[in-house]
Amino acid sequence: MMLNVTDLAVARGGIPVLEGLTFSVAPGTALVLRGPNGSGKTTLLRTVAGLQPAFAGTVDGAGERIAYAAHSDGLKSMLTVTENLTFWAQVFGGTDIAQALSDFQLEPLADRLAGNLSAGQKRRLGLARLVVTGRPLWVLDEPTVSLDTASVALFASVVRRHLGAGGSALMATHIDLGIPEAEVLDVAPYKASPRASVLDEAFL
Amino acid sequence: MIALLIRDLRLAVRAGGGFGLGLSFFLILTLLVPFGVGPETGLLSRIAPGVLWIGALLACLLSLDRIFALDHEDGSLELLVTAPLPSEGIVTVKALAHWLTSGLPLVLVAPLLGVLLSLPAPGYLWVTVSLAVGTPALSVIGTFGAALTVGIKRGGLLLSLLVLPLYVPTLIFGAEVARRGAEGLSVQTPLLLLGGISAGVIALLPFASAAVLRINMRQG
Repeated sequence: MMLNVTDLAVARGGIPVLEGLTFSVAPGTALVLRGPNGSGKTTLLRTVAGLQPAFAGTVDGAGERIAYAAHSDGLKSMLTVTENLTFWAQVFGGTDIAQALSDFQLEPLADRLAGNLSAGQKRRLGLARLVVTGRPLWVLDEPTVSLDTASVALFASVVRRHLGAGGSALMATHIDLGIPEAEVLDVAPYKASPRASVLDEAFL
Repeated sequence: MIALLIRDLRLAVRAGGGFGLGLSFFLILTLLVPFGVGPETGLLSRIAPGVLWIGALLACLLSLDRIFALDHEDGSLELLVTAPLPSEGIVTVKALAHWLTSGLPLVLVAPLLGVLLSLPAPGYLWVTVSLAVGTPALSVIGTFGAALTVGIKRGGLLLSLLVLPLYVPTLIFGAEVARRGAEGLSVQTPLLLLGGISAGVIALLPFASAAVLRINMRQG
């Protein structure tokens, strides 16, 4: 099943930031969103994830298929790495966290409180959450922030394995992950002209 | 959903969790009232049911802003909303966890603190019963208030202002059950009304809380 986005317009604080977006992400492929700060990448990802309604247009094939990872990792500092990950596994109906721990080389940290991890280790734990969800479509907002080169490579290999298993990914990132299956979409040309849309709305 | 409940309970009892916050407030209040009011046992025993109820209500209020604010700050609320849990389920579990960590301990210690306030003998049973029936309503109403104010920085004041008026009926009937019980009168009417409030808000408010939570998540 593909993710199909048709003529989508997204708004931040009631003001349209992107419009006329049409793209699709097939199983086994990834789409990387590029664009300057404030261009609406996060807003677009939040809309695809279903956190906010589309201003116009449609998103098909998301809903219950997505695993969303935002700027913050959603970790509880007073729970250990294992407890954090087990919680998310249970929420998504799974129990096995061994694979996720080894994917992101978190085994030595398994019994450490999440609050005592470094920023990069926290991010690795946040990304390991994607593995335990078992969801096919990963929607990722700046997944590589605070990761070092080795961890980025680790992350890229996990994404490639996910794609190889028929999964797909939609992500906003500024760096080249070295994933040959990934296409790049620059969102800058889709910048909304706010005044025109507001006027349309007023006259219709 | 059980995983969420266990996580919230575990977080509450770990260092920095909210467990004990309301309980110690309740303890301090009931310890201080006899000093403030004076050592006249007749007066103390007359106001004891009301003091216990007001203490329980304020103790509940104290921990309300932790229900969603902490999860909102670390981003896990956003992730929970996109997880396969219905929002109604999330708010119900949150309210239940709040009651187990704030309401239930109050119910259990209230009879002990009644001694300090010279609560008349028949009052112990009815103070406990009225708190047991009434505090779930406080948690559910409070969860609604917390869901309304979740995205707001320093929303604690607004939360209190929103929730306190909604707490008034529960307080009136809860304290009335306790007072009548302590005086040996029939408690049937206020107890039924108190039960009705609790049953009503437990049945209806989770849907409202879930709706406002979803709307608040749109802002990011």
